[in-house]
Amino acid sequence: MPDYQTHEHDVIVIGAGGAGLRAAIEAAASGGLSVGLVCKSLLGKAHTVMAEGGMAAAMANVDDRDNWKVHFADTMRGGQYVNNWVMAELHAKEAPDRVRELEAWGALFDRTGDGRILQRNFGGHKYPRLAHVGDRTGLEMIRTLQDHGIHQGIQVYMEHTVTALLQEGPPGGGGRIVGAFGYDRERGRFRVFKAGAVVLATGGIGRAYKITSNSWEYTGDGHALAYNAGADLMDMEFVQFHPTGMVWPPSVRGILVTEGVRGEGGRLVNKDGRRFMFDDIPDLYKNQVAADTEEGWRYVTGDKNANRPPELLTRDHVARCINREVKAGRGSPHGGVFLDIAWIREKIPNAPEHIKKKLPSMYHQFKELAGVDITTEAMEVGPTTHYIMGGVRVDGVTQMSTVPGLFAAGEVAAGLHGANRLGGNSLSDLLVFGKRAGEHAARWARAQSAASADDAQVEAAAREALAPFDRAGGENPYQVQHALQDLMQDKVGIVRNEHEMAAALDGLAALNRRAAAVGIDGNREYNPGWHTCLDLPNLLCVSEAITRCALDRRESRGGHFREDCPDKSKDFAGHNTVVQRGRDGSMHLRREPIAPPREDLKRVIEENK
Amino acid sequence: MPDATFRITTGRGESAAFKDYTTHITEGMVVLDAVHQIQAESAPTLACRWNCKAGKCGSCSAEINGKPRLMCMTRLDTLDLSVPVTVEPMRAFPHIKDLVTDVSWNFEVKKRIRKFKPRAPDAPDGTWRMRQEDVDRVQEFRKCIECFLCQDVCHVLRDHHKHAEFAGPRHFVYTAALEMHPLDTENRLEHLKDSAGLGYCNITKCCTKVCPEHITITDNAIIPLKERVVDEFYDPLTRLFRIFRPSK
Repeated sequence: MPDYQTHEHDVIVIGAGGAGLRAAIEAAASGGLSVGLVCKSLLGKAHTVMAEGGMAAAMANVDDRDNWKVHFADTMRGGQYVNNWVMAELHAKEAPDRVRELEAWGALFDRTGDGRILQRNFGGHKYPRLAHVGDRTGLEMIRTLQDHGIHQGIQVYMEHTVTALLQEGPPGGGGRIVGAFGYDRERGRFRVFKAGAVVLATGGIGRAYKITSNSWEYTGDGHALAYNAGADLMDMEFVQFHPTGMVWPPSVRGILVTEGVRGEGGRLVNKDGRRFMFDDIPDLYKNQVAADTEEGWRYVTGDKNANRPPELLTRDHVARCINREVKAGRGSPHGGVFLDIAWIREKIPNAPEHIKKKLPSMYHQFKELAGVDITTEAMEVGPTTHYIMGGVRVDGVTQMSTVPGLFAAGEVAAGLHGANRLGGNSLSDLLVFGKRAGEHAARWARAQSAASADDAQVEAAAREALAPFDRAGGENPYQVQHALQDLMQDKVGIVRNEHEMAAALDGLAALNRRAAAVGIDGNREYNPGWHTCLDLPNLLCVSEAITRCALDRRESRGGHFREDCPDKSKDFAGHNTVVQRGRDGSMHLRREPIAPPREDLKRVIEENK
Repeated sequence: MPDATFRITTGRGESAAFKDYTTHITEGMVVLDAVHQIQAESAPTLACRWNCKAGKCGSCSAEINGKPRLMCMTRLDTLDLSVPVTVEPMRAFPHIKDLVTDVSWNFEVKKRIRKFKPRAPDAPDGTWRMRQEDVDRVQEFRKCIECFLCQDVCHVLRDHHKHAEFAGPRHFVYTAALEMHPLDTENRLEHLKDSAGLGYCNITKCCTKVCPEHITITDNAIIPLKERVVDEFYDPLTRLFRIFRPSK
């Protein structure tokens, strides 16, 4: 038997970003349960920290016409109606309470004139809806949850990586979850976490792509853990390419430029100075877009009778428009377009101070990393892999996956966002469904009889984790990772077609063989090369899922755009694409029909069209 | 563009030593890019912490040419590349391996500070009203990304190793954010005086200088806290007043 240490808890949460922290807090608050929180980084460093714009909640502090129904309809429209409507309803109804709860735990949001929480405009949201703190809302949120969470008796395992879930019955057979297997990054010692319930809150998959706003942690761990345990993954074809990432200098390519820049009036122009977003307005939004630049400005400055500027259309659309400009040779010198906030000096007297106050970290980021002063110059921006709408298929109310005892919340879970996520709906997603996952995981764990991990599963997981050391002198894992990132970027990126994706599947098969042969020298102590070896199977798993789902969806919808089927199709409007691991270890795909929304929700959607 | 040499601490414990790595430089690169490139090219086991690569998470703290800085925000074109660039782990914390140190002490210290305790809500719906001006003051402190560079540079920790008696600038900023929070009702002054060792700080302002978030740590957080402690415990008038009216 391999040498390992055992930790026993009732609930284990994997991932300590917004969803994981909120889930752990909720599970601990239910009383009498032991809760463990396992995270790859130090506490408070998770990717949530990078969220900038804000969290969407229909509190109606700025525009009293807002309510959960409008938010629900906006979310469904943004997701092109393949969302899990149960989740969209719960999210719209519960988000305001989750935001107020953060304030009760010490978060300090920007204020309205009468002292309430201020809300800002964002793409796809009909009214100003995002509670925010300048452009560092994610930091405020994670720090608030962290500082509250450390007093709740949660056992935190910092810098620990989970490589396998432990379950009853054969591995991958979909049996009840009884724990997780992993190692501590500092020493490389194995750990077995026994638990009645496991909550996945591991975030996304951005590191499968070359140009991404995501940190190293986003290697699809939770997706792969769930898949390998026999759970369904859903909607994996829907990857969000955020329209505005930095493009220059090369070393910062992909780093996010918040949508808040456009929310504050930033305009997108091509090299000819043309505000090209006015040239292409999608049908779904025809009644909601400003007629001219003047009306757009009135909208961002709070005129309730004005419509939004086209820069504030949904991210999928804006990203494709930018892509089109660049491909047509109308881009900026380094292959992006210009995002200009400095122009507002024509409109307001103290524009530079206003920009620094509203967008401090953007000012800082461009000044220090690109040598650009955004109060006087335009930024160069282009699409960057940002978010995956797809993930673990969960029950909308409890967040339990198709594997008993396995829960998922936040980006790793599928459903809320459908084919495209609205900006600001992620932070509220983390809170609403983090809380629900924690609550239901606790309830589940309480009802379970004791179970113990099967020695054979632990042994197999340990063997697999150590395999790269047996192949010292094998291929460098970083090379395989870079090859994968190039492949996904080129062939399953923002514009897709059948031919390239078929080639991508062949490429992935070849990379799977290479990944099985990577080797690493050195020992288990804080060894990033070893960690990269272990990330590869996860990245390959999610890449294959994305590619297979994207091949099957022969239409364009939300984040998924196919140049060989550029329109939405009725044939694909009524189902989600699901993959599951077959008994033979291969990936099986099926189409799951979407249950029609409740009558009252249908009416809400119609009324808000 | 030219190649540049990076002199990086490698190994652990007694055997830790500088090792030179040469790598190719391209426009706009930061120190963290160079470290990543070296990892991918020639030193796959070279350990460093990082996450966001945009100065927002505070993971990649190190000492570059002897100065505490974030590797992701230090552009190579601000450094003299004609000589090797030294990259070392933070010195105020126990070394683990290569560029990684054990910063867990910071998390323990924070836990000992009494948590946020809001006053009763202002409105019947359970919400509060706050003015932007009151929020602004505290938002400065809440910008902190917990990179611990201020802890690293502080001589009380770095040179005098008072980790057991002194909480360090990061936790004074944290305490200031709580004490000056418009809604907070808790009192942390005794803790600051006795357990957190606020008196050890002799306001050399090194922490303020290295803060990548440009928080005015000394002037805006530490000095006001020192004043509050003095008012509470050492002000002669207050003490006289207490003789006649013992404190609650």
